[in-house]
Amino acid sequence: MSARLPDEQAAPADASDLYRKIVLEHAKDPHNFGRLESATHRANGINALCGDKLALYVEISPEGRIDAIRFDGTGCAISLASASLMTEAVEGRLVPEALSASARFTAALDTGTGLGDSDLAALTAVRRYPSRVRCATLAWRALERALADTADAEPPTVTTE
Amino acid sequence: MSTLPDTQYDPIEALDVRGDFPALAQTVNGHPLTFLDSAASAQQPAAVIDAVRRYQENDHANVHRGVHTLSHRATEAYEGARDRVRSFVNAASRSEIVLTKGTTEAVNLVAQSFVRPRIGSGEKIVISHMEHHANIVPWQILCEQTGAELVVAPIDERGKLRLDALYSLLDESVRILGITHVSNALGTINPIAEITAEARARGIPVLVDGAQGVPHSPVDVQALGCDFYAFSAHKMFGPTGTGVLYGREALLEAMPPYQGGGDMILEVRFDGTIYNELPYKFEAGTPNIAGVVGLGAAIEYLEGIGMDRVNAHEQLLLADMMERLGKIDGLRLIGTAEYKASVQSFVVDGIHPHDLGTLLDQQGVAVRTGHHCAMPVMQFFDVPGTARASLALYNTADDVERLIAALERAIRMFR
Repeated sequence: MSARLPDEQAAPADASDLYRKIVLEHAKDPHNFGRLESATHRANGINALCGDKLALYVEISPEGRIDAIRFDGTGCAISLASASLMTEAVEGRLVPEALSASARFTAALDTGTGLGDSDLAALTAVRRYPSRVRCATLAWRALERALADTADAEPPTVTTE
Repeated sequence: MSTLPDTQYDPIEALDVRGDFPALAQTVNGHPLTFLDSAASAQQPAAVIDAVRRYQENDHANVHRGVHTLSHRATEAYEGARDRVRSFVNAASRSEIVLTKGTTEAVNLVAQSFVRPRIGSGEKIVISHMEHHANIVPWQILCEQTGAELVVAPIDERGKLRLDALYSLLDESVRILGITHVSNALGTINPIAEITAEARARGIPVLVDGAQGVPHSPVDVQALGCDFYAFSAHKMFGPTGTGVLYGREALLEAMPPYQGGGDMILEVRFDGTIYNELPYKFEAGTPNIAGVVGLGAAIEYLEGIGMDRVNAHEQLLLADMMERLGKIDGLRLIGTAEYKASVQSFVVDGIHPHDLGTLLDQQGVAVRTGHHCAMPVMQFFDVPGTARASLALYNTADDVERLIAALERAIRMFR
């Protein structure tokens, strides 16, 4: 997906473009972290390469709005920050809006643009680290899967391997 | 010859063979490459690369088939490598050296051809908690096929096998013990000769996963007393896709073939086929000839240096690396057995191993991060994964220096 582009500026030696303050803050203290007993939709995400594992809980109102969203699990800074920022970006949105936000984020990892000056834009630096793109997309793939699900007893699992 | 590090190491000069390995002469992200991931796959010396190239350019043809010159040369090269393997691990006969595509295939071969016909529902397969997935999953598959039970011998907090607990599991219902020589995640060296003596006294055959054993110290399969010993060329400076199963001749002789096809037969008729003799019975189809040529060249290279010398060099570097890692605030060493190969896993408070891997890579330092295909080990230590620095014969004190400096910088950035 996001192979390193020839015209792309090389990543700095300390990876400071990837580990920006906003990313480190969300990784250390993720927002919307925890279980959600009232979830109507769920999915699990696994990135077997590095052992990221998260569970996503979504509560969708009868009108199709994301009333509440939580996640828990373990992961690297990129996957935790991405999950935290994802929940903030889609909470309160209608399901189609959340799905188009997911598509926008995925496209931005390819192009490096399209997210304006939102906090999420910080994560697009991951395109300079091809092996880490899957960490950034894990929560979003889980979101898409959860929204497609109809609250089965066993939540489905997606993987970004 | 013992493979336990109870040898007195001569205070020899440090090895300096980095120049033999073309891949190490590069910069990565603007830094000289510090390659500390040889336990995953080791770099190849020019001697191996050149041997494979010479073979491909001059001698390639199918083996054991044609009467023409190139086929003869290819067969000589392939069978010559088998002879080198035999002497490298001191097998009694070349019939005991089966060339496979790697350790994984070798373990699967033993599971299916040796154990499967001998095991029934409720009977047991014993392995240890420190096994690589390659010495776990083939046995789980066999259990599903036969109703056998997989039993796991425990390890302790330092990553050592609990021998008493292992021996207490070895009862008359056990049909095979599968045990690693050296743990790829923890570096622990298991006392194989002692373990095989205990197992064989109870009539239990032993398969040793030697993938991490052969690159670090001399291996003598007869002294170890094992029934099977499996290893891969790419962990010992040879090509990928090639490996070895050593098996006791009498056992191999009695086993049915693993796969059917060309080369493993003497005569094929629709009313019955006669299998080839050892070791060809287990080598169906055209093998990875170039890979085996490379394996032979890798052995020649290692013998030129001497495995005792490799071991002494690595042990000095390992001691230095462990001491210096241990002094880093917030760093926890995973795998601290007394007898270890030059592999060190670690975790750092507040930094996921995967982030650490990226931060080190940006400074030209290649380490493995994750579960190292040993998820049960990660579960035992209750970590999602570790960072692992593994040293090979080509690493130097400078590499350890660069690792420590890169780690300190990464930690500063994250805190």
